[in-house]
Amino acid sequence: MSDTAPPFVAAPVRRKSAHGESLGVRIALIAVSLAFLLLFLALPLASVFVEASAKGWEAYRAAITEPDAQAAIRLTLLVAAIAVPFNIVVGVAAAWAIAKFEFRGKNLLISLIDLPFSVSPVIAGLVFVLLFGAQGYFGPWLQAHDIKIVFAVPGLILATIFVTFPFVARELIPHMQSLGTADEEAALTLGASPWRVFFRVTLPNVKWSLFYGVLLCNARAMGEFGAVAVVSGKIRGLTNTMPLHIEILYNEYMGAAAFAVASLLAGLALVTLALKTFLEWRFGDEIAASRRH
Amino acid sequence: MTRPAFLRWAGLLLGVLSLSFGVTAGARAQTELLNVSYDPTRELYRDLNAAFLADWNAKNPTKTISTIRQSHGGSGAQARTVIDGLNADVVTLALAGDIDAVAERSKKLPLDWQTRLPHNSSPYTSTIVFLVRKGNPKAIKDWGDLAKPGVQIITPNPKTSGGARWNYLAAWAYAEKAFNKDEAKVRDYIAKLLANVPVLDTGARGATTTFTQRGIGDVFLSWENEAFLALKEFGADKFEIVVPSLSILAEPPVALVDGNVDAKKTREQAQAYLEFLYTPKAQAIIAKNFYRPRNPEAADPKDLANFPKVELITIDDVFGGWKKAQPAHFGDGGTFDQLYKPAR
Repeated sequence: MSDTAPPFVAAPVRRKSAHGESLGVRIALIAVSLAFLLLFLALPLASVFVEASAKGWEAYRAAITEPDAQAAIRLTLLVAAIAVPFNIVVGVAAAWAIAKFEFRGKNLLISLIDLPFSVSPVIAGLVFVLLFGAQGYFGPWLQAHDIKIVFAVPGLILATIFVTFPFVARELIPHMQSLGTADEEAALTLGASPWRVFFRVTLPNVKWSLFYGVLLCNARAMGEFGAVAVVSGKIRGLTNTMPLHIEILYNEYMGAAAFAVASLLAGLALVTLALKTFLEWRFGDEIAASRRH
Repeated sequence: MTRPAFLRWAGLLLGVLSLSFGVTAGARAQTELLNVSYDPTRELYRDLNAAFLADWNAKNPTKTISTIRQSHGGSGAQARTVIDGLNADVVTLALAGDIDAVAERSKKLPLDWQTRLPHNSSPYTSTIVFLVRKGNPKAIKDWGDLAKPGVQIITPNPKTSGGARWNYLAAWAYAEKAFNKDEAKVRDYIAKLLANVPVLDTGARGATTTFTQRGIGDVFLSWENEAFLALKEFGADKFEIVVPSLSILAEPPVALVDGNVDAKKTREQAQAYLEFLYTPKAQAIIAKNFYRPRNPEAADPKDLANFPKVELITIDDVFGGWKKAQPAHFGDGGTFDQLYKPAR
């Protein structure tokens, strides 16, 4: 859909460094950041994979295919498969409202979107227990109607939605704001319906920001521990997500198995990262164009 | 993104969702029991559940149980989640006080639950011992050595862990005996002991990994079964067990959660599960997992030989039962709150 990119930015301009730092300073800076990345990211990540393979391929396969691990993997994917689309819809709607319209309470809405970032995940989990637990506000009603929210899958999904909510909206808002409303106004004057404007103009313009938001949201949804631990009840094979299953395995002296599942989780994150890098490489010009409006 | 493409994606997504719901719904049709237990019983119930399932399903082909689900954590924390609505068929916690809390607050089981099964509803017992590093470098022999300066003690948090409450009361009972019930001296001893604790984990298993895997602390106040398990997992060349002069008879009780089993229609199976724990077959498994069986004749003498002889006081004799000990020592403002000063 490169037709949305205006022609005058189609060829990326080679930017010259406008800074006056000497070569030495630049090398030192690069060395420091590389050393940091190596020490704090690459090394721990590598150790996960080394520990995971400590007992050989058979043990690795056994740890991944064990029924409780399979259930944890399925549950993690299920939770992400519901939480992420939900956050896409609500995040896009919120970003759209904030970036394209003026209304009272806009700043309050922005602060509210940031709330899950500033609240500890444990509190996020406890909030749901307080609301939907047996002793909570809605507890008696839920019990009377035999509806389970906390210590069941819906609670896990709610907690995950809560902690991952800001990712999509936060990625979209600045981008949408910088784009302004000129394109939409043009489309409207040409006779497009509001829905058509949204799907043909607004959304394509921000598709890369949306994509980044979704990737981050998904990574966090699969990796969330704190909030999910509070509402899970830790029933093996039923309400244990992958991060919780990893902790259980570690606590049961099954280190190699714990790291095997951990490597799978890390692998999912790496796939996400690889996908992002691939798309940046493949569509680099287009991304640069859409970001430089 | 054009609209048809958007719709296609939405359709695919809905398909995936309904599929996954179908899978979970299908799994729910069979009878499952949920046992909400405390931290160190993970290995014990793995063995007991397998034995019970084989036994029950062979005898009751029309009422088979597909799985017994387990949930483990600090005993107090687990009681809290059952109170908050975790759908446990049975609770198998570290001490009666925690099941009392479930009975009082959730009203899902009668207050006299502990009289419903033999031996105070405790099919196994245990006690508290010290796990030290090989060679016992700090020469820790008895409770008195724990209050010495420079000794780092690992114990979980008595607010959330059942084992930690047994630890605390065992130390208290020792001090009462050693100082002839001079309360000021007892409190001084406990305060010194608590000052030697660098970190309070929420459950026994977390504390075990702190001591064994993260290498923090000189002595770990541990369930006897947990100490034996650590020796088995890490080898006797890394740690050794020190048996103090006096310890406490820990009775981890089990109970049916009536409100839940009636709602789930699993009363018959859950009751049979708890009664199974008293059978010779289960008692032998209990001894093999380093818990002291109620019926030693059923156990392998080799397993019984593990258990050291130690003078055991009971909570009923020294503290007047959990109903008194819980508020006096671990309630809000109890002796633990008064004597533990975490900020150092």
